Amino acid sequence: MSVKVSKTSPEELRRTPLHALHLALGARMVPFAGYDMPLQFESGVLKEHLHTRAAAGLFDVSHMGQIRVLPKSGNIADAARALERLVPADILGMAPDRQRYVVFTNDSGGIHDDAMVANRGDHLLLIVNAACKEADEDRLRVQLADECAVERSERALLALQGPNAEAVLARFAPDCTSLRFMDVRQLLIMGVDCIVMRSGYTGEDGFEISMPSDVAQEISEGLLEDPNVKPIGLGARDTLRLEAGLCLYGSDIDETTTPVEASLAWVIPNVRRRNGERGGGFPGASTIFDQLEHGVMRRRIGLRPEGRIPVRVGAALFARGGEEGSIGNVTSGGFSPTLNAPIAMGYLPSSVARTGNRVFAEVRGQRLPAIVAGLPFVSPRYKRS
Amino acid sequence: MLKYTEDHEWLKLDGDIATVGITEHAATQLGDLVFVQLPEVGAKFDKGGEAAVVESVKAASDIFAPLAGEVIEVNEAIANDPAIVNSDPQNAGWFFKLKVTDLKPLGELLDEAAYKKLIG
Repeated sequence: MSVKVSKTSPEELRRTPLHALHLALGARMVPFAGYDMPLQFESGVLKEHLHTRAAAGLFDVSHMGQIRVLPKSGNIADAARALERLVPADILGMAPDRQRYVVFTNDSGGIHDDAMVANRGDHLLLIVNAACKEADEDRLRVQLADECAVERSERALLALQGPNAEAVLARFAPDCTSLRFMDVRQLLIMGVDCIVMRSGYTGEDGFEISMPSDVAQEISEGLLEDPNVKPIGLGARDTLRLEAGLCLYGSDIDETTTPVEASLAWVIPNVRRRNGERGGGFPGASTIFDQLEHGVMRRRIGLRPEGRIPVRVGAALFARGGEEGSIGNVTSGGFSPTLNAPIAMGYLPSSVARTGNRVFAEVRGQRLPAIVAGLPFVSPRYKRS
Repeated sequence: MLKYTEDHEWLKLDGDIATVGITEHAATQLGDLVFVQLPEVGAKFDKGGEAAVVESVKAASDIFAPLAGEVIEVNEAIANDPAIVNSDPQNAGWFFKLKVTDLKPLGELLDEAAYKKLIG
């Protein structure tokens, strides 16, 4: 079999502020979006995944982009209205200390990137994907030039996720217990001002914490001292988000998928729909409205392969075992530690994309049966009240 | 006698019966295994033939027959619990036994020292 061995991090890869800590913790490092990142630590992907769902996992997500959008007028409503030109979301109606999940659309209604946008009172804070952050920053700077200053924020970002995340963080920042899902608050952690967001990419309750880079290692070590907390790599980050039915940009969503096709129509609030008060005014609006009103040709769905063999990204999907002509494709796939079974996401024609339908996925020349499943595979446990 | 391949398989030879598995190094590199596809008893392979498949969390990998032969026994335990391969790859995690039909290439396989040198 072929086995890749990497012992040293190539000099071309970028490093997060926690790079040395990852090596000290025995991480197996891999390149990701131009960064040298931990794929897994000594526990391994399965144990790290299960630990996050049972207790608390600490993730380094400092490779992601943090972008501040400031209104030149000093009035945040101006920044919100400007950003609404790029995203089919209700930014103007977002209260301070709240955040939303948004997509940046292109002229065909496809997706440039998905992101979180937080109202920080006097500016907006965007968290964007690592692979897209330079392009996102350029787009914001160019399109919002009249109304906004756009600043790249070189801060670290940690995610603490799991049922025990609140108990852990409360020992450092007792006020974190008052945050509800999608709240944002500036809190002191070990004497340092951090931006704490009750959100994540795992389906578990938890926090994403932005902090100055120079304190990231100390705060990580402080959190890791809690016996509830283990360091978690990108391998488990991917299996966790897949169980939660969350999209990975570049796999499940990209420039060719509209939010309607991606089963993300819910991110588009009524106020931005055709007859809404601020309807349209974002790229691809006419395509997206057409799809909202008349339906889509294909949709993102979940898949439960019927056997034990994982069905992975790129696998072609077929309507019947022996029929020619693929009808769709798998965009994410792997093994679910929680369900102890393979799971996948992909796109199928709307007529076939019905929960309970059987389709076939081609794996190593064989057509394996899989059942169309609703998403998520594992129910989220967000703290909403 | 214990021999290794450049593809990170090991084999224990007893007469013309070879027990085959993957090395500790391979198991560590693959990470947690979630699925093992064993050959059928009676299947015949050339040297280097694709005899088995393992799926880790991240990807699939092929296991090759280190010598030409016929499969006489497979380790159902690892098909039922792939984690055995990770916990004990060079003993309980064996994959299949081959009745070797051509022992001549045995000299081309690596001994322990040569394999250790390969993996560095």
